[in-house]
Amino acid sequence: MAAGLYIHVPFCKSKCPYCDFYSVKITNELVEGWVSAVLRNIKHYGEKYGKIKIDTIYFGGGTPSLVPEKMLNGILKKVDEVFCLENPEISLEANPCSVDLDRLKNLKHAGFNRISFGVQSLNENELKFLGRLHNYKEAVQAIENAALAGFKNISADIMLGVSGQTENSLRKTITDLIELPVSHISAYMLKIEKGTPFDSPQIRLCVPDDDKTAELYLFAVNALDDFGFYQYEISNFAKRDFECRHNLHYWKCEEYIGIGPGAHSFFDGKRFAAKPSLKEFIKMPFQSEEITDSSPGGFEEFSMLGIRLMQGLDLELCEKKYAINAEKIIKKCDMLEKNGLIKVCGKKISLTPRGCLLSNSIIATLFIGF
Amino acid sequence: MSQRHENIRNFCIIAHIDHGKSTLADRILELTSAVELRDMEDQLLDNMDIERERGITIKARAVRLKYTALDGNDYIFNLIDTPGHVDFNYEVSRSLAACEGAILVVDASQGIEAQTLANTYLAIEHDLEVVPVVNKIDLPSANPEAVCKEIEEIIGIPAMDAPQISAKMGTNIRAVLEKVITDIPAPSGDDEAPLKALIFDSYYDSYKGVIIYVRVKEGCVKNGMKIKLMSTGAEFTVVETGFMGATDLINVGELHSGEVGYIAASIKSIGDTRVGDTVTDADNPCDEPLPGYKKVNPMVFSGIYPADGSKYGDLRDALEKLQLNDASLSFEPETSIALGFGFRCGFLGLLHMEIIQERLEREYNLDLITTAPSVIYRVTLTDGEVKYIDNPSNYPDPAKISLAEEPVVSANIIVPSDYVGNVMDLCQDRRGVFKDMKYLDASRVNLHYELPLNEIVYDFFDALKSRTKGYASFDYEMTGYAPSKLVKLDILLNGEIVDALSFIIHTDKAYARARKIAENLKEHIPRQLFEVPIQAAVGGKVIARETVKAMRKDVLAKCYGGDITRKKKLLEKQKEGKKRMRQLGSVEVPQEAFMAVLKLD
Repeated sequence: MAAGLYIHVPFCKSKCPYCDFYSVKITNELVEGWVSAVLRNIKHYGEKYGKIKIDTIYFGGGTPSLVPEKMLNGILKKVDEVFCLENPEISLEANPCSVDLDRLKNLKHAGFNRISFGVQSLNENELKFLGRLHNYKEAVQAIENAALAGFKNISADIMLGVSGQTENSLRKTITDLIELPVSHISAYMLKIEKGTPFDSPQIRLCVPDDDKTAELYLFAVNALDDFGFYQYEISNFAKRDFECRHNLHYWKCEEYIGIGPGAHSFFDGKRFAAKPSLKEFIKMPFQSEEITDSSPGGFEEFSMLGIRLMQGLDLELCEKKYAINAEKIIKKCDMLEKNGLIKVCGKKISLTPRGCLLSNSIIATLFIGF
Repeated sequence: MSQRHENIRNFCIIAHIDHGKSTLADRILELTSAVELRDMEDQLLDNMDIERERGITIKARAVRLKYTALDGNDYIFNLIDTPGHVDFNYEVSRSLAACEGAILVVDASQGIEAQTLANTYLAIEHDLEVVPVVNKIDLPSANPEAVCKEIEEIIGIPAMDAPQISAKMGTNIRAVLEKVITDIPAPSGDDEAPLKALIFDSYYDSYKGVIIYVRVKEGCVKNGMKIKLMSTGAEFTVVETGFMGATDLINVGELHSGEVGYIAASIKSIGDTRVGDTVTDADNPCDEPLPGYKKVNPMVFSGIYPADGSKYGDLRDALEKLQLNDASLSFEPETSIALGFGFRCGFLGLLHMEIIQERLEREYNLDLITTAPSVIYRVTLTDGEVKYIDNPSNYPDPAKISLAEEPVVSANIIVPSDYVGNVMDLCQDRRGVFKDMKYLDASRVNLHYELPLNEIVYDFFDALKSRTKGYASFDYEMTGYAPSKLVKLDILLNGEIVDALSFIIHTDKAYARARKIAENLKEHIPRQLFEVPIQAAVGGKVIARETVKAMRKDVLAKCYGGDITRKKKLLEKQKEGKKRMRQLGSVEVPQEAFMAVLKLD
């Protein structure tokens, strides 16, 4: 089976106050150093493992759209040379204000066939709260330009549980968004990460509480479904056949290779992470990798990831793959099903939207500690 | 009377808590050259950690001292320390029975308190000569003259020449010792008579077996002699006998009438050596045992469970070890649907219960869940059978009960007159029956109430203290059983009865308590995946209800390549957290919830 390839682009113009991904301020020198390190590492994988089959490539960040197209093009060329590409989905994360029509055309030409915009909201106040550099107009423009440049697979991220957000403001963001040529929407509930500027009592006080955020989430699930964006994962919605193939690798517990400072991999029987330091990444011949899990891919992992998908978890398959007793799990499902948190169909378990909101507890109850 | 007898004084010190009993004992030890100063640890006689921290004596202890009096003669003093708390009344009475006199310590700023009275009356009952001493004269608020007057008026013993001392500063301690010689009678007894010795304390030593502390009333005991413990009939051969030095036992091989000392006879179980029992010569027994022996019975019961079910064996071992030194602790295995395997433990009183729980947690490192304390109810069934119920789970079907009775106590509460109203309100609220009220002086009152024991087992003393700014003192003794309107209150979580939370209560109190407990539980049970109704019911009728709302959000919105290992660890942690919860049917209940039921104010 083919693996995914993730390339971490650790550059931003300015850091969003809620984000805890690794990134630094962009300079020409750093970008050049980063590109040659990425090329080195790709080559290294080729030398070490031969022609690895790859069917998705994902440039995440950071703000990948800040990197000049020429360089991105160079990386894609190297990838094509070293790996064995199988009809790849090639995604790029972009900030609405960091791409114009020309750049989008060039990116399309370089081979990118999917673009994911960090829209977050189409409400000016919410955008300000989130510290985003773009406004409503720029977001709309960017999506329209992407379509003009030839992108068919355009995704937008939106944020739930933002200060001041109501069902009305969320409805407006969603209805405005679906008028645009988007085919995929990720809707994330805001999580205040430790050590970020948002990690403060003032922010915690002004964002909607868990109950309110839960309401917003259920509202979004319903609204998106009404507009033909079916939910295929806890936070992801798409028109048919526009699911993000790269991310499906993660949830199906399949292999992926991560290149770049702070990038994670699941490959060759281990989960490991590259050190989150651009300086080291540029300096070292190969990224230094620290093993985070030496025996991954067990039932716990498979189930906690698989249950995130709305298609559900097939326990019959699990029984074949892992030494588990499906009946024992099904027995524990009764109370959860009665309370409308999960659906059980034969040996298949899936979360309802309300169950999605409680997925951690449900996973801990059903799958952990066997 | 022999010269040997003439130079012995056997006495104890009695006092209200914090009036300075242990400090005085320390000063006496210093002055009598029993202990080198370098061995001196503050409050030598209280050698359990808990005793030192709480400033109380749990077990009696004794020490033999040599005192050179002002007349130039050497005297042997046997100082017997006594527990000051009502829970240990019987042990106190046996310690007193081993003495001829008692030093009564009264705080020069506080005056007479409830325990002062209780202990003094107990001493007088045992024909002890009471030597009053006024302590803490160094305090700015001390008023020794007024306190002396109070002793004379309230207790009725002369106190005008009572030594006025400061045990803390070491002031005037010698005067106390001289008083012991002049006022407390020397012991008497016939060395030739058959052995008759009173057991007033015992403890387990892992090398020597049970060590019993005795006061020899008649005859002698010698190494190698065969002795018999009269209440149990058990016989043993004396391995060691001698007296208690300040820091260790001194084996001198024999003890004579009038003396206080110890006997070691390879006794395996402390159950054989009951406090109050008489030791005699197995080959030449005395006619009858010393009076006053009784078997002490636990009054308060509580279920003790290990928080971690796998520690059941450890809990049993710990209880067995504690019982080695505390025959008044009883326990037997019980099973709760909610809490699993544990023990129903019986205690002399509330303090005793608290101390045992604390020792289990501290000395044996156990994490415990304890159920609400219960008293023993007496229930007469319609078929005439009488049952004693110490566990609410065993409370019979009300339809089969013809008479329910609960234990009652007679309580003395001494309180500044300003707070009499507050205390009366409290006693009223606790179903107390007013008996009488006496003014001790212009500003202090002794209130006498009859109270149901189950009303004071929870938090009565705390409530009393908070309503009197800490000034009230309190003492009680069991008087018997009285008919009562009792009901069993059940708590239901998600429609299922949680046996460990059930308790027996007076009908009139059921509603208020039910409401309070439902509220407390709601606060302590975290939100779960679904709504959890909390109900309190009497005989199937729900009288209070609360609801723990369902949790709404517990989700990791983003889960991509870098989140997987972190998420897996997080979920394992979450599962670990669940293990610390008790699974009651479909509801997860944290340990604190069980404790919350006990907190009523």
